Formats: sequence, C-alpha cells, structure tokens
Amino acid sequence: MEAEAAKFIGAGIAAVGMAGAAIGVGNIFGSFLQGALRNPSASQSQFGNLIFGFAVTEALGIFSFLIALLLLFAV
Amino acid sequence: MADPNTVDPIHQFAITDIVSFGDTGFAFTNSALFMVLTIGLILGYLLISTAGKRLVPGRAQVVSEMLYEFVANMVRSSAGSEGMKFFPFVFALFMFVLVANLFGMFPFFFTVTSHIVITFALAMLVILTVLVYGFLRNGPKFLKLFVPAGVPGYVLPIVVPIEVVSFLSRPISLSVRLFANILAGHITLKVFAGFVVTMGALGWLGFLGASLPLIMTIALTALEFLVAVLQAYVFAVLTSMYLNDAIHPSH
Repeated sequence: MEAEAAKFIGAGIAAVGMAGAAIGVGNIFGSFLQGALRNPSASQSQFGNLIFGFAVTEALGIFSFLIALLLLFAV
Repeated sequence: MADPNTVDPIHQFAITDIVSFGDTGFAFTNSALFMVLTIGLILGYLLISTAGKRLVPGRAQVVSEMLYEFVANMVRSSAGSEGMKFFPFVFALFMFVLVANLFGMFPFFFTVTSHIVITFALAMLVILTVLVYGFLRNGPKFLKLFVPAGVPGYVLPIVVPIEVVSFLSRPISLSVRLFANILAGHITLKVFAGFVVTMGALGWLGFLGASLPLIMTIALTALEFLVAVLQAYVFAVLTSMYLNDAIHPSH
C-alpha cells in the first residue's frame, strides 16, 4: 500500500475516536438537563461543573481530531 | 510546503527567529515575543487599573477585581482556605493561559499555547510544585495520596498502581489538553477558511457554495473564543485540584 493512502486511512480511523467524545458530551448535557428540569433552582449552582465536564470530555475528542489533522497535514 | 496554491494550515505555528544571537542557537523568536506581549499586557492592565484604588471602583478596576474574585473563589472552593497561599501561582497561570489563548485569536498573531513545549513546561511547574510542597508539608504521609482511605486491603494491589499511573499521567493530560485544544481549533479554522478560498475560485456557483464554510468559520471563531476561555479555566481548576492533593493528601 502506498504511504499516502495509508495516511488517509489512518486519519479516517483516528476520526472515529470523536464518536466517543460525542457520546460523552451528549451524556453530560443530557444528564444535566434531566437534573436541571427536576430541580431548576439548583441548576444554576451546577453550571460550572457542567462546563468543566464538557471541557474535559471534549478534550478527548479533540485529541483524536488532532491526530487525524496531524496525519493529514503534518506527517 | 511552500507552494502558495495549497492550503497549509500548519504554517501558522512556525517559529521564526526575530533576533538571533550569532551561532549560539539562542534566538528571540516570535513565540518569545508574544510571551513578552502577554505578560506585558497582563502586568500593564492590572497595574494601571489598580493604580488609583477607589472604594467605588471604575470600569477597569471592576474587571481586575472580578478576575481576582473569580480565581480566588476557584482556589478556595477546590483547595480550601489553606490553598490560598498558592493563589498568586494559580492567578498567574490562569492569566497567562487566558491572555495567550485570546491573543492567538487575532489574525496574524502567534498562539503561544499551541506549542506543547510551553504547555508541558507549565504543567511540569504545577506537578513539581505539588510534589515538592506535598513532601515538604506532609513528609512521607504524602504517599497516602496513592492509598485511598476505606479501601479493603485485598483491593489495594490493584488500586495503588492505578493511582500511581493516574498521578504520573497528570502532567501529560494537563499539557496535551490545552495544547491540543488550541492547536486543533486553529487548524480547523484554517481548514474551513481554505474551503472558502478554493470554492470561491470556482465562479458564481462556487460563491454560493463558499458561503456555507464561511458561516461555519464564523461559528467556529465564536467557539474558539469559548474554548480559549474555557481551557484557561480548566487549567486553573485542575491546578488548584492538584494543589489540594498536596495540602490534603488523604482522600
């Protein structure tokens, strides 16, 4: 197999990792909404935790996205 | 790489010498320039805005006080009142990462935090502070960090290695999170901006098509501003959590 082709296939495989981050981020916001709709008065105090969890989870998707981009443009 | 007709989204991260000192290999690079600008902006703003301290603060002073209160609350809530002795450290880290990230959002500006050498140095600074202070304050009791309280003895052979590995991976995850977010965000912006150019070159139909990635670029720019602030916040929160481990090692 040509190295160029392997690069593109590798980038595609690396991008699959973003699916995990998508599940995670969806889970975080879904769970937050579930909790917030049950007890709206407490939701404001948990907004910081929501954003924090979102950033930490989203970073993992960014990692695989970064690998894909590096394979496409930097290698 | 140097072909002007292809989109090269990596080019924006190239480090160039501005002043090089002979053959020593040392040079004042664009990265160093933007670090100096970052520090200069933070120092200048905070010094000027708090120079004439007033009981009823003006606009500039209110922003400085809000930044102070924000970081102070963050440190107090995650590291306790004893953690406040590390407040200057966390505040300096937060302000540096925040202003460096936001500086990177300006066109033609170099993003300091998009290089792992910078973020890894910051992360090692945090972890070494935790290690040195943890051992100085607690002595060998600091190792209790790896032995969670209330765990039955027969699970410890599994739990302790996990805790050790999770501690060792902290500087890596702390630095890679910041660097990868900023790097990937800036590359994405450039890739979508490249779509606008290549589609716009196709004529009037391309103009119609190019409006889609243009809208995407605008939305991504907004997202990148969010990410820039968020990652500075996450970096500072994790720093204060790790400092909390040094102050109160038993879980």
